[in-house]
Amino acid sequence: MQTVPEEPAVAGPQTDVMVPAAYRVESVVRETKDTFTLGMKPEDGGARTGFAPGQFSMLYVFGVGELPISISGDPEEPGRLVYTVRSVGPATKALVSSKPGDAVGVRGPFGTSWPLEAARGRDVLIVAGGIGLAPLRPVIYHVLRHRDDYVRLIVLYGARSPGDRLFRKELEAWNRLPDTHVLSTVDYGGATWRGRVGVVTTLFRYVRLHPDRTVAMICGPEIMMRYVIGELENNRGVPASNIYLSMERNMKCAVGFCGHCQFGPHFICKDGPVFPYDRLRNLMGQHEL
Amino acid sequence: METLERILTEHAFFEGLEPEYLKIVTGCASNVRFAPGAYIFREGEEANQFYLLRQGKVAIEIFAPQSPPIIVDTVEKDEILGWSWLVSPYHWRFDARAVEMTRAIALDGKCLREKCEANPGLGYALLKRLVQLIDQRLQATRLQLLDVYANRT
Repeated sequence: MQTVPEEPAVAGPQTDVMVPAAYRVESVVRETKDTFTLGMKPEDGGARTGFAPGQFSMLYVFGVGELPISISGDPEEPGRLVYTVRSVGPATKALVSSKPGDAVGVRGPFGTSWPLEAARGRDVLIVAGGIGLAPLRPVIYHVLRHRDDYVRLIVLYGARSPGDRLFRKELEAWNRLPDTHVLSTVDYGGATWRGRVGVVTTLFRYVRLHPDRTVAMICGPEIMMRYVIGELENNRGVPASNIYLSMERNMKCAVGFCGHCQFGPHFICKDGPVFPYDRLRNLMGQHEL
Repeated sequence: METLERILTEHAFFEGLEPEYLKIVTGCASNVRFAPGAYIFREGEEANQFYLLRQGKVAIEIFAPQSPPIIVDTVEKDEILGWSWLVSPYHWRFDARAVEMTRAIALDGKCLREKCEANPGLGYALLKRLVQLIDQRLQATRLQLLDVYANRT
């Protein structure tokens, strides 16, 4: 009798990507009144924790729901994943309420990454708004670890108010490093605030860019990114091919099956979230998208 | 020591200005200094000057009754402070307070207004520059009003 050989077990993405791996919350740091940074370790110690800056995971809060969260930690710190989460709904609220030792399901990492190779030998310009600094923090860690591979590191950061600024101590520390310029501003300053007031685009007044050797990486609310792109392209002469941005849509499956995050011909989860701007230029102005 | 004329010539705001116009502008310029906390001007006062900041930081504020003033913008080194001197009825619309020790070149707006009336070429050259500044601030204010970082849920 001829036997039909058993199909080999497939351990590739087609079967595994939908199954969360068990992680335990290791640390919870309050960044602002509604934003927390959570460190997590795989429960079995063996799951993959490597990622490329810009990628995201699907975090499953058992019994509540699953949500896409960008990885905000150091890509070269082994055995640990770090996420910065803003409490805006039931799942994020449950996530930021986690205590060390709580279990969380993790799928991923997913998506495209920031263009660290393309940026080698150039100035890295980071423009972040609000929690958009979180997906860009791994880029900063990478550039600082490989400082000789890049020229200047410029970070322009806008937040809603002084109390809403993320990673404040790190921003100050980075600004003290050579060839590293960190400028931050807030949309609304209180009476005691002595820093800058104004939207993130106003920070361009204080930096002199070399357009052809600048690679810009932008993350924040889409309207903010449109204004930043306008400033870079129209007023600073940075070519569209040197501008990258991280897009956000309603990501569910994270692997381009469900279509929830479709943006024109792209699936943000699979083709993004990081895109070269010249691929999105004709889509970003379309009202229907 | 840097002369006022050289500083103004090299400043982006006056870039490309005809030398004869620059001479007129320089004739209306003087060095000023403001201690931290000092008000450079207040809302409602006559706007007879504008400033080119050389050092320090200035908060542009709006007075709010029974609460601290609200800072709407800050300006720093190499930026221009004030355009009400060229917009009738020539009264300041905001307060301006030095946040840090601030050095600036003050330009006599009243004097320049008269010279602009007499010399439309100078008036147009200055107005073109100020309109660009006003446009930048308007765009920034629109983005600020959108409150894009607010929690919308």
